[in-house]
Amino acid sequence: MSYIIIIISAVLVNNIVLMQFLGICPFLGVSKRISTATGMAGAVAFVMVLATITTYLIQKFILDPLGLAYLQTIAFILVIAALVQLVEIILKKVSPALYQALGIFLPLITTNCAILGVAILTIQKDFNLMEGVVFAVSNAIGFGLALTIFAGIREHLDLQNIPKGLKGTPIALITAGILAMAFMGFSGLV
Amino acid sequence: MAMNQWKNFSKGFIRENPIFVLVLGMCPTLGVTSSAINGLGMGLATTFVLMMSNIVISLVKDVIPDKVRIPAFIVIIAAFVTVVQLIMQAYVPSLYKSLGLFIPLIVVNCIVLGRAEAFASKNNIVSSAIDGLGIGLGFSFALVLLGSIREILGSGKIFNLTLYSENYVTLLFVLAPGAFIVLGYLIALINRIKKNQEAKS
Repeated sequence: MSYIIIIISAVLVNNIVLMQFLGICPFLGVSKRISTATGMAGAVAFVMVLATITTYLIQKFILDPLGLAYLQTIAFILVIAALVQLVEIILKKVSPALYQALGIFLPLITTNCAILGVAILTIQKDFNLMEGVVFAVSNAIGFGLALTIFAGIREHLDLQNIPKGLKGTPIALITAGILAMAFMGFSGLV
Repeated sequence: MAMNQWKNFSKGFIRENPIFVLVLGMCPTLGVTSSAINGLGMGLATTFVLMMSNIVISLVKDVIPDKVRIPAFIVIIAAFVTVVQLIMQAYVPSLYKSLGLFIPLIVVNCIVLGRAEAFASKNNIVSSAIDGLGIGLGFSFALVLLGSIREILGSGKIFNLTLYSENYVTLLFVLAPGAFIVLGYLIALINRIKKNQEAKS
């Protein structure tokens, strides 16, 4: 039961992009086409789950026993940066097709605050490893959902007659605001 | 010389404002500006990290091999973020609590790494310090502006001073959608002002 609550809360109610403002940069940056949006969402999902598992193990088996919890920020960001690099190298060798699809998004992910944010939240919420994995997967789904919906809307926006002053970033932000309003409708669910 | 440094310092406010013009560092911008005081706290914390990391990076830029420069920058930035975390936990615990996750996330704020890469790794220590301070204060200015607008419209207060009764507020502006919408209109307004200035000159 608690897993279902974690999933619904992370995907819909506390959507990572629209409600918690994590990962806004890729949300605004790569949401012009649906195809690039799904590519980015896939890459983020992959790294987010891996990063959450790795940082969880590091926190519980290295930082906590040694009393080094204050090094959390430094340790996590280093692990994530190394992990992204590693994933890039392995993908290149093992699955060139997948590398073709996700490759260009991988370097951008190191500075995606959604990854570090979910890793830290998993520790803060005191989840166990299994709950942490479910939490990471559902946040990744929430990120992908918001990104794809937004990309779909923006593809249509390109064809509309928008006031000159609002073109570009302003209209994207206002659209995101209206989308966030729609997601507020889920707030009674959990 | 003094004139150049003044220009270097003041560019962060409007001309190269990280939020309004460069549209960087969006996550903390939208996440913490539900009130002016939160915006100010976040802005000053980021300014400290920006200035200190700029100083250290401009000092060690000749020692770091080019290939590992980005990871090295990230470690330096993360060290100063940890310093800020510990200081805020000790002296302003309530502010630390309300900013929450966004304090450790200064590490992945593109503004900080952006200034390190674009400015501090090429310039001397004095210019880098001034650049960090200017961009940081420009960032704080934008956060306080956004926070004030949202606080006035959303809870009828400014820096916790009540302006009008809570019966007339629009709660939406304090909640998530308000952040996106207010920032969208603010950027449109700044674009307009910049265009007018360009047309004049």
